[in-house]
Amino acid sequence: MSDFTNSFWPIFITVISLAGVFGCALLLWLTSKIKANSPNGDNTNGHVWDENLREMNNPLPRWWVWMFIITIVFSLFYFVSYPSLGANPGKLGWTQAKQYEQEMAVANAKIAPLYAKYAAMPIDQLAGNKEAKAIGERLFMNNCAQCHGSDAHGSKGFPNLTDNDWIHGGSPEKITETITNGRIGMMPPMAAAVGNEEDVKNVANYVLSISGNKHDSARAALGKEKFAACAACHGADGKGNQAIGSLNLTDGIWLHGAGEEAIIKRINHGITNQMPAQSAKFSPEQIHVLTAYVWGLSNNANHQ
Amino acid sequence: MQVSHSQSNTYNDSVVRQFSIMAVVWGVVGMLVGVIIAAQLVWPELNLGLPWTSFGRLRPLHTNAVIFAFGGCTLFATSYYVVQRTCHTTLFLPSLAKFTFWGWQAVIVAAAISLPLGFTQGKEYAELEWPIDLLIAVVWVSYAIVFFGTIGTRKVKHIYVANWFFGAFILTVALLHIVNSAAMPASWMKSYSAYAGVQDAMVQWWYGHNAVGFFLTAGFLGIMYYFIPKQADRPVYSYSLSIVHFWALIFTYMWAGPHHLHYTALPDWTQSLGMAFSLILLAPSWGGMINGMMTLSGAWHKLRTDPILRFLIVSLSFYGMSTFEGPMMAIKTVNSLSHYTDWTVGHVHSGALGWVGLVSMGALYYMVPRLFGQKQMHSIKAIELHFWLATVGIVLYIAALWISGVMEGLMWRAINTDGTLTYTFVESVKAKHPYYIIRMLGGLLYLSGMTIMLWNVIKTATNGKAATATIPAVAAHA
Repeated sequence: MSDFTNSFWPIFITVISLAGVFGCALLLWLTSKIKANSPNGDNTNGHVWDENLREMNNPLPRWWVWMFIITIVFSLFYFVSYPSLGANPGKLGWTQAKQYEQEMAVANAKIAPLYAKYAAMPIDQLAGNKEAKAIGERLFMNNCAQCHGSDAHGSKGFPNLTDNDWIHGGSPEKITETITNGRIGMMPPMAAAVGNEEDVKNVANYVLSISGNKHDSARAALGKEKFAACAACHGADGKGNQAIGSLNLTDGIWLHGAGEEAIIKRINHGITNQMPAQSAKFSPEQIHVLTAYVWGLSNNANHQ
Repeated sequence: MQVSHSQSNTYNDSVVRQFSIMAVVWGVVGMLVGVIIAAQLVWPELNLGLPWTSFGRLRPLHTNAVIFAFGGCTLFATSYYVVQRTCHTTLFLPSLAKFTFWGWQAVIVAAAISLPLGFTQGKEYAELEWPIDLLIAVVWVSYAIVFFGTIGTRKVKHIYVANWFFGAFILTVALLHIVNSAAMPASWMKSYSAYAGVQDAMVQWWYGHNAVGFFLTAGFLGIMYYFIPKQADRPVYSYSLSIVHFWALIFTYMWAGPHHLHYTALPDWTQSLGMAFSLILLAPSWGGMINGMMTLSGAWHKLRTDPILRFLIVSLSFYGMSTFEGPMMAIKTVNSLSHYTDWTVGHVHSGALGWVGLVSMGALYYMVPRLFGQKQMHSIKAIELHFWLATVGIVLYIAALWISGVMEGLMWRAINTDGTLTYTFVESVKAKHPYYIIRMLGGLLYLSGMTIMLWNVIKTATNGKAATATIPAVAAHA
């Protein structure tokens, strides 16, 4: 559907809106003029349906008429004050976007000194600050817990933030970077590069072997050679590479599911995993506090 | 008048009987699904872990069953009953009237199958996929032909006020349904809306709000205007009030849809118009309530002894209450608190259970004995019991959702001095748990009343037999 950008439309809207409101008033006025006519002298209008259905000539209740008029008058004032009549912005200059911006500006000004105090503190110190930790936890619960869980232990596809196993790096700088810009983890489907179905199964068993999981050692031996295709990202030792976000395959932590079947699925289909960027939601100072909280989840022992 | 069994001398009540019985049956079914999903909100395990019984699929089944199956069958039954009697003539094209019954039942069954299977257009109250939409359109146009054909062949000069409301309801629902359901089919059970983005949202809520305004309000005001004066044996309070509130109501409702989209991508001016016209809508809505209630002036004592009249009058109090609450919730400031909360759900149910439900039950209790040649319902005590179960059920339901709705709205907006939210979303969900239990109990009471009604209706029908009503002579002054 094309947009109604023609200059005719604001005029059309204005005309029918005003005509609508004045039409209500006119209807009220005309009806109040109706002369009651009672041919039978019983205060009914003389019409009878279905043997005993009749209508009385009682006038409109006064309080009801006034209620109607008040809403009509209010609407006219409202139309003048607020954006209502087509392109007319209204006398008050109100828009919902402006209201939002103003409310946010007030709120941000109020909290700025609090966060300014923390911005100067280094992460390891901030992680031990009780008050900052409480703020960080509240930020986490309302913005991060939906995926990473209230206990930050994550779930399938969503990394555990408490286990010291960092996909993109666990330094305060890296955590800040992850929160600010988000991350995209992408593993392409590797089946073709690895070989046939048997080769895939063998590689899966090799992967199981390097993390000390139950595996078929004959297959693992055969798979070791084919692992070369995986080594480009996961490294020859399978320990992954935080610079490109490739997972460590040796630590027994399985982000996308444990076991031979799950590994084969990943080799065959690959996976794309995304954490959305949070920079539009938070100020850098807030992200600083949040970083300290997340960093503290796996570095708390040193600071309590 | 000479009694004869030729069509023109008797009312065509067989289709009215069919719709009346099915209204009660679908009422029990729809409310049962409602209680099941209310229980799922208390105990999520009740979704059984199956896609077909999950909340997301049963919820549209509930809304479609109570609105279009229970409400729809009630509207067909009452409008066919009323239009014949107030036009002093039999139904126009009886075979087409018969088709509307079977066609409408086919729509309901198709909905009951396709919704749990997951077929949906994703539009609230317009979920059914395009082949079912086409059937609805055909049935609805047939309904319009029967109704307006009967009006056209009337034996009295003036058109009774109930028929204005039924007529407006039939015409507008046709318009709403056809415009909002316009879609490009991609396969037999999949289609894409003809509109995109915020325009699609606006068309949807123009439809959605007017589905309430015309299907659930204008149609049921038609019911009110026949059955209250009949049951009270009093003339309608004010002819001029019925004129103003009719025209103002049907005009103003058309504008109110944008209040469902406050603080969204909908342009500011559209939201403002929606809010202003929603406030104007208060008086036209209350006009109907006043006209119904004041019809009882001089006959108030009848409320003490007549449970059917009590159903009808209490329905009007709930109508007045929810049509006051509606305009208030349409104010942007109030809406910023109430939107997306249980308050909205409670508001809808004070209208649905209180107004639409009770007025339907009152009308059906009036019609059923007459349709089956009985003096009165099998058990008056059972009507009395139904009334109290329903009323207590409604009060529990809406009070629980008022509290939980306002509570969650306040929890969502509570902010700490550090700018963070005071409560996480899941904390607001947890806090609602006790109110969900109360709401489920309210629904259970309402359902049990409806089940008693089903028993009472079956007893009345089987005790009697299909009655033939002769068309009386037209009164001299009509």
